[in-house]
Amino acid sequence: MEMLRRAALALVLATAAGGASANPDLLRLQRDPNQWVMANGNYSSWRYSELNQITRENVATLRPVWQFSTGVLRGHEGGPLVIGEVMYIHTPFPNKVFALDLNNPGRVIWRYEPTQDPSVIGVMCCDTVNRGPAYGDGKIILSQADTTLVALDAKTGKELWKVKNGDPAKGETSTMSPLVVGDKVLVGISGGEYGIRGHVTAYSLADGKLVWRAHSVGPDNEILFDPQKTTHLGQPVGANSSLKTWEGDQWKIGGGATWGWLSYDPDLNLVYYGSGNPGTWNPSQRPGDNKWSMTIFARDASTGMARWVYQMTPHDEWDYDGVNEMILVDNLQVGNQRIAKALVHFDRNGFGYTLNRENGQLLVAQKFDPAVNWATHVDMETGRPQVVKEFSTRAGGEDKNTQNICPAALGTKDQQPAAYSPRTGMFYVPTNHVCMDYEPFRVSYTAGQPFIGATLSMYPPKGSDNLGNFIAWDAGQGKILWSKPERFSVWSGALATAGDIAFYGTLEGHLKAVDVRDGKELFSYRTPSGIIGNINTFTHRGKQYVAVMSGVGGWAGIGMAAGLTGESEGLGAVGAYKSLADYTQLGGVLTVFAVPN
Amino acid sequence: MTKPLAFACLALLPALAWSAARAAQDAEYERPYRVENGKVDQATFNGYRRYGNSCLQCHGPDGSGSSYAPNLTDSLKHMTHEQFNYVVINGRQNVTASQQNVMPSFGHVEDVVMYLDDIYAYLKARSDGVLGRGRPERLPR
Ligand code: HEC
Repeated sequence: MEMLRRAALALVLATAAGGASANPDLLRLQRDPNQWVMANGNYSSWRYSELNQITRENVATLRPVWQFSTGVLRGHEGGPLVIGEVMYIHTPFPNKVFALDLNNPGRVIWRYEPTQDPSVIGVMCCDTVNRGPAYGDGKIILSQADTTLVALDAKTGKELWKVKNGDPAKGETSTMSPLVVGDKVLVGISGGEYGIRGHVTAYSLADGKLVWRAHSVGPDNEILFDPQKTTHLGQPVGANSSLKTWEGDQWKIGGGATWGWLSYDPDLNLVYYGSGNPGTWNPSQRPGDNKWSMTIFARDASTGMARWVYQMTPHDEWDYDGVNEMILVDNLQVGNQRIAKALVHFDRNGFGYTLNRENGQLLVAQKFDPAVNWATHVDMETGRPQVVKEFSTRAGGEDKNTQNICPAALGTKDQQPAAYSPRTGMFYVPTNHVCMDYEPFRVSYTAGQPFIGATLSMYPPKGSDNLGNFIAWDAGQGKILWSKPERFSVWSGALATAGDIAFYGTLEGHLKAVDVRDGKELFSYRTPSGIIGNINTFTHRGKQYVAVMSGVGGWAGIGMAAGLTGESEGLGAVGAYKSLADYTQLGGVLTVFAVPN
Repeated sequence: MTKPLAFACLALLPALAWSAARAAQDAEYERPYRVENGKVDQATFNGYRRYGNSCLQCHGPDGSGSSYAPNLTDSLKHMTHEQFNYVVINGRQNVTASQQNVMPSFGHVEDVVMYLDDIYAYLKARSDGVLGRGRPERLPR
């Protein structure tokens, strides 16, 4: 009898492992603090590690132990993966991947360099960045600039399959890090400045066959909405929920690019991500709410069907893309409610949102930079931001320069992912502190050409001489706990650890560690170039390491290379308007740190 | 003898006048902007705007350069209007093992070709140091 029960159990387990949505291997690996198997550390995008060899007390002695030059100059976003005794790093275009041996630090086990038509560089809006490959089932999956998704054998670097996810001739490119979910790999698309129509697509991990594709805007069958079952703040969205909010055929060039991060809840089998700006930056040319641009999506990972959505910035007038990471936390105290499954998101628009991730109920929406002024608050009933007329570029209209809008189009935070520490229950967030003038004007659409239609000038908020802050955020209360000013925007992904420290990089090139309690700086080391990459940690032979890629660039490298507007007018408080070029130059380098024995 | 000489002189006159006009035109061609008290003519303003739509994402705000594309206010100190047009129409690629620089060709892009002189005027005014950073004000028409 006992034997029979065991046999039955074994059979059940075997079927589960082979089942459609299971990937027990990856589920286990993402919980192992010795490795770093996905871009944001785990499926919940915590960027947190249980490792505690590096502490508040000894972090000051952290030293670089080895470095590796990628040989590529432009902006290095994303970060290293560590699987077993191998580290995988990647570069911006031409999107090289290196497998590095941790037993013989920096020795190249294999390298991969795709052949891509360099003309794709000309249609990448904001440098040639790439946020790194994904790992699953012994494969490294890279989403190249030209939208080719390629699976490589993690052991040898040999191509296993390849598929084309978009068309650069129409301005479709790729910068994002894919996510392996069960037996699929999910990937989005860039090109919000070229009038593309964004989508997330699931491909079979085994052979690259398309399983489902969900657009951000368009007819219900293309956005994979069920008019009755898909909800917005608890209400069914109804038929044609996207089409109704566009004039005529405008949705066909409706944007909603999906170039940010993906998170996954294995219990609910839901994936979470956000969509970017609608069509042109000139709002007068696209009346309506422009759904579902600027939206948080919760989709069934197996079918792609949308469970719930929440549009943060209806009818965008400022380029506040909603693509930043979705951080999934459990048992969050919000007022007198305990939320079993919450989602926390720091949006470009300057609001930090907390939602119930089971049903999309909105719980908290508060500014995570006091400078934010384009809206007074978010109406918690309708979910709509209460826009201040003075800062509405739509109210101003075409050819009218609307001034002193905070934040700038860069957002209070862009894609650089935050960290969450379950030990403190707090979020550690890299932010921008920049405002803008914005003047919309009429543009025509040409496939593969910029479809922007606004001129912008950016500068620090009045009375500030810093362009960035690294902050600690309480997502239950919607409050800033502490805020540490930085000369430039903080454009690097953060890391929190069980040593009760948080790490981030600066645009000048410093890797910094701070005390999670008060933001006090405990460590700073200047790497060879500005940091726009994300920090990770892992162990090798029982010892904890911290790794980061330097290599200035990205949007920050465009906006700040020459300093912000205002410098020549001499408004300048010390340092604030200084050009980044006076502090750092290009060049991709990996640096691995450890505390001496 | 006299006749042909007179004829030659006569022939020369319009040539001189033409070359004087040409010189004035050249100056106009190389410095096609009007800036008064920080305010600019309509064409230069349009150039500022078109620059923002098609060039800023690589060459940075106000033509001042980015981490990877050149500062055009410097470039126009040594490039002629002709050379400027040539690069923008045809593009230029500099892709090697260590460089991934692509200046796209704009020959087929209406919003650029039609307003190329305006974009040049704006950048030239910036390059000549007669126009500061940020959005310029328009002169009354
Ligand atoms: C996709 C990025 C990109 C865009 C968009 C772009 N450029 Fe460029 N441009 C470059 C790069 C990179 C170079 C340097 C090429 C090289 O290294 O040869 C360059 C070079 C140039 C040069 C030559 C400068 C010199 O010193 O030789 C001119 C002039 C120029 N661009 C004008 C423009 C104008 C005008 C626009 C808008 C209509 C524009 N560019 C749009 C990337 C871009």
